[in-house]
Amino acid sequence: MTHALTLITFVPLIGMALILICPASFKPAYRWIAAAATVPQLAIAGWLYANFNTSTTAMQFVERAPWIRAYHIFYFLGVDGISISMVLLTALICFISVFASFSINRAEKGYYALLMLLDTGMMGVFVSLDFFLFYIFWEVMLLPMYFLIGIWGGPRREYAAIKFFLYTLLGSVLILLAMLGLYYYGATPTFDMTVLAAQAAHYSISFQRIVWIALFIGFAIKIPAFPFHTWLPDAHVEAPTAISVILAGVLLKMGTYGILRVNYPILPAASHDLAWLFLGVIGTVNIVYGAMCAMAQEDFKKLVAYSSISHMGYVMLGMASFTAAGINGAVLQMFNHGTITAMLFILVGVIYDRAHHREIDGFGGLAQQMPVYAGITGIAFFAGMGLPGLSAFISEVLVLIGAWQPHPIMTILGAATAILTAGYLLWCFQRIYLGPLNEKYRGYPDLSFREAFTLVPLGVIVLILGVYPHAILSLLNTSLVHLNQIVLSANPVATAALH
Amino acid sequence: MDLGNLASLRYFYPELLLTGGMLAVVLLDLVLREKAILGDLSLLVAAGALLLIGLEPHATGAWLFNRMVVYDSFALFFRALIALAALVAVWMSIGSDEVRHCEQGEYYAVLLASTLGMFLMAEAVNLLMAYLALEFVSLTSYVLTGILRRNRRSQEAALKYLIYGGVAAGTMIYGMSWIYGLAGSLDFNVINRALFAGGAAPALAVFIALVLILAGMGYKVASVPFHMWAPDVYEGAPIPITTLLAVGSKAAGFALLTRFFYPAISHLAAGGSWQALKGVEWPQLLLIICAVTMTLGNLAALQQDNMKRLLAYSSIAQAGYALMGFVLLSDDGIRAMLVYLFAYYVMDAGAFLVVMIVANATGREDIGAYRGLAWRGGAVPAIALSIFLLSLTGIPATVGFIGKFYVFAAAISERFYVLAVIGILNSVVSLYYYMRPVKEMFLEQPAGDEKPFTGEFWNYGLMGVLALVTIFLGLYPPPMIAFASRSLQFFVGRS
Repeated sequence: MTHALTLITFVPLIGMALILICPASFKPAYRWIAAAATVPQLAIAGWLYANFNTSTTAMQFVERAPWIRAYHIFYFLGVDGISISMVLLTALICFISVFASFSINRAEKGYYALLMLLDTGMMGVFVSLDFFLFYIFWEVMLLPMYFLIGIWGGPRREYAAIKFFLYTLLGSVLILLAMLGLYYYGATPTFDMTVLAAQAAHYSISFQRIVWIALFIGFAIKIPAFPFHTWLPDAHVEAPTAISVILAGVLLKMGTYGILRVNYPILPAASHDLAWLFLGVIGTVNIVYGAMCAMAQEDFKKLVAYSSISHMGYVMLGMASFTAAGINGAVLQMFNHGTITAMLFILVGVIYDRAHHREIDGFGGLAQQMPVYAGITGIAFFAGMGLPGLSAFISEVLVLIGAWQPHPIMTILGAATAILTAGYLLWCFQRIYLGPLNEKYRGYPDLSFREAFTLVPLGVIVLILGVYPHAILSLLNTSLVHLNQIVLSANPVATAALH
Repeated sequence: MDLGNLASLRYFYPELLLTGGMLAVVLLDLVLREKAILGDLSLLVAAGALLLIGLEPHATGAWLFNRMVVYDSFALFFRALIALAALVAVWMSIGSDEVRHCEQGEYYAVLLASTLGMFLMAEAVNLLMAYLALEFVSLTSYVLTGILRRNRRSQEAALKYLIYGGVAAGTMIYGMSWIYGLAGSLDFNVINRALFAGGAAPALAVFIALVLILAGMGYKVASVPFHMWAPDVYEGAPIPITTLLAVGSKAAGFALLTRFFYPAISHLAAGGSWQALKGVEWPQLLLIICAVTMTLGNLAALQQDNMKRLLAYSSIAQAGYALMGFVLLSDDGIRAMLVYLFAYYVMDAGAFLVVMIVANATGREDIGAYRGLAWRGGAVPAIALSIFLLSLTGIPATVGFIGKFYVFAAAISERFYVLAVIGILNSVVSLYYYMRPVKEMFLEQPAGDEKPFTGEFWNYGLMGVLALVTIFLGLYPPPMIAFASRSLQFFVGRS
């Protein structure tokens, strides 16, 4: 398969076209077309996983064709250890999210068509190696997200949708300016990220710092890093379940992925200088502040949203450590966060579909009525707490081990927050699932087959990666260690000259 | 080449066709009872003019009519753009309910005349010719704006337009008289040589003259502070005319502005960079105008509830983005401006067309008329309008993004960072108001008392073409860029 990456990116678009031409009388077919479009994607992702060479730092499955010659823009796709895990995650989450969407019952044609477009946009971001192409996919993704939240969302959906759009557009225009700066002031004008990285030494340190910060703000809004995080709770609360799953499962990863893909290799000297502050300190704030906010929430979904902000903080802290353990832990945490948070949002959706509210205090004793549901929630919550034997334990421990040497105080704060995390999750679990059964909820059915089908694969992955993290780590290690070396060896003279 | 009157005619076929078409419309109006044919005839004339421009002989350039107008690739670009704008305006006129009820003969004859005037603006190389062309466009525009004789808004708009236009033209001709006094000629080439001759002209006097002239040209492109007429006129005029003013007349204004400020009073240095007159900082002046234009246009648009007014302020802001390319003093900047204007033509014409479709169906132009449009049979125009508005915002995979990309790229490459940042922040602000109609159409539910939405195939056809072009050029811009790049040649002759 020489065009594996093109296929995996554009298969959903074929699905979208089919959905659009499918006449309204075949209404039930939309969801199955969407599901059918994500199956080949998942299969190609599996093929990529099987054929990925873990011993090289070079780009693999490369495709390249000229696109806009006047600006040396190429259609340039490829994956390496940084992106392959995200491609797998995207394929998986998109597959799951189609099935999590079955409860949508309004304007389904538009919904599934937009979902497919979103899928293409996300996959495109992770496989494109031309900055211009990357930017196009990055922006194309915003639109379906706006409509998916805005049309199929909750009561304050309009506010949440435009807030999401405005925040992310503000971030992405900064990325656009930074991209043009890199294009014009390098040794050769190009948008090719591999070439830009190769000529990194050409950029002066002051230029690197400005561009780094512009890019950082753009990416930080997506992560979302404190203080750019305020759009996230709104978006999550209003978004339908499947869209929350995608938002938390894939979209947030784009922020940290962007920093690893653009900031680190292309601006290594500035990364070396600035990461401790912008990723380390802000990441720690994310961890602590997110956990504290989560503790204060009354709304189940908002609690998960803030916990998601808190967990993304570990990714940032790991990236700021510049140790092999830390950076590997960070990317593994991106993957684990994707699966665990996706589970959590599906679980919130399950109860919301039945009770039509998410008030944590409004439930009670659900474990008696819905034992399977409570059991799976338990696994997801324990994974969220970072309990040994579950996937997040490995990645968070790697992050903390890696960050201990360079940033001891942040590491202590990060580690201590595990107590807060356990606190809010257990407290939440107790209020919803334990105690006497609230009589209102007697007679609620347990998980349906469809709901179990969306949750079980994710749960299995969480369990497997808890005992065998090597399944993902082996993909990452070579590329990430190499990237780490690039940043660490970035022109120490230029760095010293500034002080 | 310096051609006399008769020899010039072979480079003047499109203009001759427009003149002939205009006269034919007037004459046929007298004899025909079935007036609908006048619109079809005008459509053929506009299409024919476009075709003739496409077939024009390749020449390096020539002075026509004893150096009154010029034939060069820069003029070709703008004439093509204006012909496209006229084509869309006539097409829309045929499908417009408003226009169907006014005097067909006068309407189409004046529309073609206005197009002719815009052509002349794009090719004038003599201040007298420039002034006459500009006034010709203005006069015809007043008539077209006020053509809905029983509509008070239309009347009011025409009067406002006339008063603003009169003041702007008067100011401009006063400025021209200063230039004439300083250079001793109205010919752009002679002016250029006179101004650049050692120590010839006092900088202050030249500056004053330029500011005065800018009033007239700024009025045509609707840049701040000469923009006040635009919202009222755009709102009052029939929608096809609004479209013609927003894309055609604005493009003609940019053509004249560029030709005057570049080949007439600046020097082309090596490597495609231009040199302004020493001591006369017109780029700085225009830079401020450009930044203020887009900011003010965008901020004012935030408050609008009428779609035509919203698009009017948006088009003021869009002129600001195009001006970004203009102030950079480089060929790259001018190319970016051309790319931007072309992109602007496609998306803005499309947006106005959907406004007209909705006005035809509901008789309303306020944003409330768009409530739940996608859910009551108007999904196709709703999607098309969303494409046009997102393109105007500059979201990728649309032609508007390519335009913005070129403008910002040129600004960054010429180290105008502050301007680039202002432009970028402006496009974020603009998202808010461009998304308001989108929100109304998709996110709101219809109230339930509306009539089912219907549109005509004639209008939907053009809308589909413009939407497809918006997307196609967004994904594959090379044809548009090649066209703009070929058009960077100004003919300045040797003598």
